[in-house]
Amino acid sequence: MSPSRWLAILASLAVLAVGVSACGSSDDSTSSSSGNLSGQIAGAGSTAQEAAQEAWIAEFENANSGATISYDAVGSGGGREQFIAGGVAYAGSDAALEEEEGELEKAAKRCSPGKLVEIPAYVSPIAVIYNLEGVESLQLDPETLATIFNQEIDTWDDPAIAKDNPGVELPDTRITPVNRSDESGTTENFTDYLSKVVPSVWSYEVSGDWPVKGGEAAQGTSGVVEAVTAGDGAIGYADASQAGELGVATIKVGNEYVEPTPEAAAKILEESPEAKALAKTPYMFPFELDRKTESQGTYPIVLVSYLIGCTKYDSADEAAIVKGYFNYVISSEGQEIAAENAGSAPLSASLAKKIQPAVDAIEG
Amino acid sequence: MEAHTDTTTNAGQILAAASGGRRRWGDRVFSNVAVAAAVTILALLAGVAAFLLIQAMPAVTASSSDLPGGKSLIDYIAPLAFGTVLAATIAVALAVPLAVAVALFISHIAPRRLLLALGYMVDLLAAVPSIVYGLWGIFVLGPAAVGPMEWLEQKLGFIPFFEGPASVTGRTMLVAGLVLTVMILPIVSAVAREVFSQTPRKLQEGALALGATRWEMIRMTVLPFGKSSIISGAMLGLGRALGETMAVTIILSVSGIVTFNLISQANPSTIAANIALDFPESTGLAINTLIASGLVLFAITLVTNLGARAIIARQNIQ
Repeated sequence: MSPSRWLAILASLAVLAVGVSACGSSDDSTSSSSGNLSGQIAGAGSTAQEAAQEAWIAEFENANSGATISYDAVGSGGGREQFIAGGVAYAGSDAALEEEEGELEKAAKRCSPGKLVEIPAYVSPIAVIYNLEGVESLQLDPETLATIFNQEIDTWDDPAIAKDNPGVELPDTRITPVNRSDESGTTENFTDYLSKVVPSVWSYEVSGDWPVKGGEAAQGTSGVVEAVTAGDGAIGYADASQAGELGVATIKVGNEYVEPTPEAAAKILEESPEAKALAKTPYMFPFELDRKTESQGTYPIVLVSYLIGCTKYDSADEAAIVKGYFNYVISSEGQEIAAENAGSAPLSASLAKKIQPAVDAIEG
Repeated sequence: MEAHTDTTTNAGQILAAASGGRRRWGDRVFSNVAVAAAVTILALLAGVAAFLLIQAMPAVTASSSDLPGGKSLIDYIAPLAFGTVLAATIAVALAVPLAVAVALFISHIAPRRLLLALGYMVDLLAAVPSIVYGLWGIFVLGPAAVGPMEWLEQKLGFIPFFEGPASVTGRTMLVAGLVLTVMILPIVSAVAREVFSQTPRKLQEGALALGATRWEMIRMTVLPFGKSSIISGAMLGLGRALGETMAVTIILSVSGIVTFNLISQANPSTIAANIALDFPESTGLAINTLIASGLVLFAITLVTNLGARAIIARQNIQ
């Protein structure tokens, strides 16, 4: 037989072999060393929490060298779904568990015979960022903000903007409002703020999908920041920590214009009531953010992201790590680390104290 | 005809006799392996189609108020399908003439030394990951296109394509189409180049001998000879452009509307980009809806491919 024929046979066998071969991998679970906790758990969810989760996990694993935690930033919805399906030990979510589609019920079932735990862990102010040549500072009241984003104002020298900014020379540049093109918790919180505070101007439903057609849209926080940076006259909304060199508008709350500082953002949780209807166990702390607050020094456009877990797990190791990890996250040290690495607003001491029993209830 | 069959049979028998049973054994293995490979492809395709159909069903049967945005499935997918076809059409319309010119240059005009290097270069374009094209699109091409797009709006604004107002960030359908053009250029030109260079020498020399200029020779021999390769190359490119995800996701400022205006900030999204954007935060029925849109993309690609086959088959008969 000629060599070329052999080659043909070999080639076809190779093709088959590639098709058939499967990758096998085995999970090495426990290996304890110096730390007091050991084992491996997985979490999934919010992309907003990603930077903070990375920092928390690194520090936690440093302190407990036997423990391994992985966090997959698949998005809040995906995280809640995986948690309910039992795929991950905890979820990070930009929204509290809801009644819709039986979500709360299914989540409770997943934790049975234990109980659901839901605690705020990550609070991030959402800044209104803008790029307007020659304008160093910008003040906006909620109504003007809403009319800018629903595209009713076309140029920056509009009287509505001018009345908020006495003494500032506004150019006649066209306004380009920039929104997220992907579904996101940032959009949901921003539209929630507008629809609560100025419902007469902002008539759209609250949703993670931007509701207004015809604006400039960009993918992810980085995409929005890039689009605003690129376009003169552009204005958008993004995590305050990502604003960089861009101008940040101050928003009118009560009688003053408030900057999106971590302190002002953390304050909203103290002003807001808990959403009792969504708290099915004593260990759940969903908040109904009081966007309409007029209290001094409070910044109402914030994103609050939760950690969701159970009080009981199949293995004691797993429960111990979840407990240890949640404990670390809400500790002042954990909150500081998140503030440094992700620009979030640390939980206030009184709030941390209030949610501590939820973490203590985990049987680890 | 009869004699011809006889000879081949005889030749086969002689060969078989000469190499003994080993040849038949080898033949059997080879044909079985080949059949298995072919069946695998069919099974894969059927599996993907079945997955799309089954997963899309809940969205098809659900009432429109439960779907994302409270719109009917058709209202949801139609603008996406429009955007997908629009972006791919721009890319193919710009890429094909350019690719044919590049292929002609390489196969018939370029000096020998330049030819190899240029060929490699064009092929290298295909090796750049699409996400890199996406980043190049938003950081370089987009901002650079802002000025020219304003010019288009001012000078050619009467054409619906350039109605404006021109985007200030450059993340428009036109820029997305241009990036797709660059991405499919190597595929289209590689296919055309291969066939152009196989144009029978005697045809070309005959044309030149009859007094044709180089351009006339190319027009009368090379282009007709390569016509079906240009079409199949264009269809391959179209397939890639229809399904391209990352570059469009990053570049395009999407708004869910239907418009032919290529230079404004409000553009229709594409099916693939929309799936990439919305999947991470979707649950339940929203995922089924996205998969239903994927099914539509699958159908569009299938129809264009079948169309291309039909065109090529007709060409070959002529």
